[in-house]
Amino acid sequence: MPVMNIKNFSFTYPKVDHPSLKNITLPIMKDKITALIGPSGCGKSTLLRSMNRIHDVYPGNKYDGKIELLDLETGKMNNILEIKKENELIKLRQQVGMIFQKPTPFPMSIFENVAYGLKIAGLKNKTELADRVEQALKDGALWKEVHDRLGKSAMGLSGGQQQRLCIARAVAVKPEVLLFDEPTSALDPISTGAIEELLVELKKDVSIAIVTHNMQQASRISDYTAFMYLGDLIEYDKTETIFLNPKEKTTEDYITGRFG
Amino acid sequence: MRLIVNKIFLSLSVFSALIGLAFLAWILVTLFIKGLGSFHFGLFLNDLIDGGLRNLIVGQFILAGLASIIGIPLGMAAGIYIQEYGRGRYPSIIRDLSDIMMSAPSIVIGAFVYAVIVVPTGGTSGYAGAIALAIMMIPVVINTTDNMLSLVPKELREAGIALGASKYRVILDIVIKAAKVGIMTGILLAFARIIGETAPLLFTSETSNYFSLDLSESFPSLTVSIYDLANEPEESSRDLAWAASFILTVLVLIINLTGRFFTRHKD
Repeated sequence: MPVMNIKNFSFTYPKVDHPSLKNITLPIMKDKITALIGPSGCGKSTLLRSMNRIHDVYPGNKYDGKIELLDLETGKMNNILEIKKENELIKLRQQVGMIFQKPTPFPMSIFENVAYGLKIAGLKNKTELADRVEQALKDGALWKEVHDRLGKSAMGLSGGQQQRLCIARAVAVKPEVLLFDEPTSALDPISTGAIEELLVELKKDVSIAIVTHNMQQASRISDYTAFMYLGDLIEYDKTETIFLNPKEKTTEDYITGRFG
Repeated sequence: MRLIVNKIFLSLSVFSALIGLAFLAWILVTLFIKGLGSFHFGLFLNDLIDGGLRNLIVGQFILAGLASIIGIPLGMAAGIYIQEYGRGRYPSIIRDLSDIMMSAPSIVIGAFVYAVIVVPTGGTSGYAGAIALAIMMIPVVINTTDNMLSLVPKELREAGIALGASKYRVILDIVIKAAKVGIMTGILLAFARIIGETAPLLFTSETSNYFSLDLSESFPSLTVSIYDLANEPEESSRDLAWAASFILTVLVLIINLTGRFFTRHKD
């Protein structure tokens, strides 16, 4: 079942004539990992950043088509591109979280980092807050390493720990979908391994879309893969099919390393 | 040949640096000798009318403090606007205006406040002096806030937004926190700058020989009194001016060093 449906979606950056994404149609399946792959500049990050409308931080972008998000309460699919009100955008971002390439710990303590999203969502009860933070850090596979120094600054953690903190912070608000924008490309292989394991663990509760440059990573962890090239979606299928039996020649050339 | 040219340039620049340092050392040494010669702790206990400096030091801090209360929020708000909210050409216009304000001669600012506040209100006052100092301070605070916020990576703002925070919350909770040390250092340096200013106060607050907390009257100022005392014919007045200059320099030095200490121990 899809948790998100991207339909005939096009995207144009401000002050540019031609669209960066053209007529993309793609589902994001519930409780699965969908990998977006393709050479630099193919639009995979642009697509990912449309799914929580983080593009809107900078004005002047043009969206066309639809991106529908499943409302878990009503079971209806709502077009997130129609959202205009600030408070509805805020709700969207609580439903669709995001983890960036570089770890982005806030300049506060480890506890405060994880509690931040919960606090702005209105959670005030101290004991509940502490419970949710502990659970989120466990979900982020970080609890064992930090449980005795929750009050310390998050800036003192290693890069891999910071990234897991960012994941814990995003998981804490219980989103439906988590978007990962090359989450391991700034990390060493061991930290990368830890995060890949974590993603596979997380998909029990949350649907995941991940942009990656690393094809081995896509084939290791994802259930579905979308191959994009020059703003077009070339092929979308089960990961196995894309890697072992692609239908398109361009996909095969990219997978086998002939370009990109 | 290249080696020789290199040596010539190196010695020229070392020589220039030494000249600069020599003058600085000369000023400081003179100040320390003359200032320490007439320095005694009684200066902190008596007002100018009794041959001390107490009212002047307190007055200078009140003027600079009030200027900070006016200048810091305005400057920070403007800096935040430029960096976080401004669209189109407004940010760069404000940035240019603030740069012009920063390079405006301080006596011009003094004359401006004289014309728009002192003349209409019918006389010099502490308020006018504080406003003149605030005008000196605002562009420095704008500049610092603008620069320090621009160093905060955009990913950090996006991460806040992506977590469901509104823009103003992201700015207040995350961006300013990330830039806090830099902004505080800048504010401290701006404070160090205005506390030693004379020209903006000369026609605005003037100075007073008596202890005063009434900002609607002429207000005691260390710097303006140094200027007055140095022009007096008596030896004792000039000695007092030296002592006051010495105290002022030490104060500015302490504030500056504190600012630098913060910068160095950023994390």
